[in-house]
Amino acid sequence: MADPAQFAELSMPYMSALYAAALRMTRNPTDAEDLVQETYLRAYRGFEGFREGTNLKAWLYKILTNTFINQYRAKKRRPDQVDLDDVEDFYLFRRLGGLEAADATRTPESEVLDAIPDAEVKEALEALPEQFRMAVILADIEGFSYKEIAEILDVPIGTVMSRIHRGRKQLQKLLWDYAEEHNLRPRVDSATGG
Amino acid sequence: MDCDHAIYRIYEYLDGELTVWRRWAITRHLDECPPCAQGFTFELEVRRVIVSKCHEEVPSDLRSRIAAALGISEPES
Repeated sequence: MADPAQFAELSMPYMSALYAAALRMTRNPTDAEDLVQETYLRAYRGFEGFREGTNLKAWLYKILTNTFINQYRAKKRRPDQVDLDDVEDFYLFRRLGGLEAADATRTPESEVLDAIPDAEVKEALEALPEQFRMAVILADIEGFSYKEIAEILDVPIGTVMSRIHRGRKQLQKLLWDYAEEHNLRPRVDSATGG
Repeated sequence: MDCDHAIYRIYEYLDGELTVWRRWAITRHLDECPPCAQGFTFELEVRRVIVSKCHEEVPSDLRSRIAAALGISEPES
């Protein structure tokens, strides 16, 4: 058997990150807790086969995503909320007037972002279709490289790039929708948007 | 390098996934093009905000449950 103490010492520091990712994947605290616990149990069972020098964090995420795909996707509690549109580059920046001439009276773009409540950002991320959501979580929240994500999700790097890029743009669109709905946007002439 | 080419590679650039040569060409464009440079900076800002707003605390009972399941004792914190 694997040595529990050694396994714990190496793997426990990743629990917060794994839990946050699990929560974004399952969109449900109870499922997220079960998913993280199952991930640790499976990782522990497989720890003997784990070779030192391998990327432990990536290995844990691979177990997490596989477990999620195999066990939790089947009982998805609510459907994906958005279809993925083709969203232009710099979507949010353009909407916030960033490419227009500087206007001293408008809100700096990043202040608009900061004004969006945490819960709304989480909800926007959770609203992304699953494949895109997982790629964005692994890239933006966890900072994995394209190659690592390709290995975790078991898809080609080109697919990873496409999912990350489209997912990020869609996320910007969702954040913009919230900002606009709640009047957080800086006042910019809408005729300049196109 | 023009704006369209720079923007086309924006995510690969920000993700550190470009070859040295391509990276250099974009950096040079950003040095010469303030609107693109601001746009690139803003993309990083979006990411920073998302990371900071998606933080979660692990429920303490989950931590203990996992420790118990693995048969290790967890120090009181």
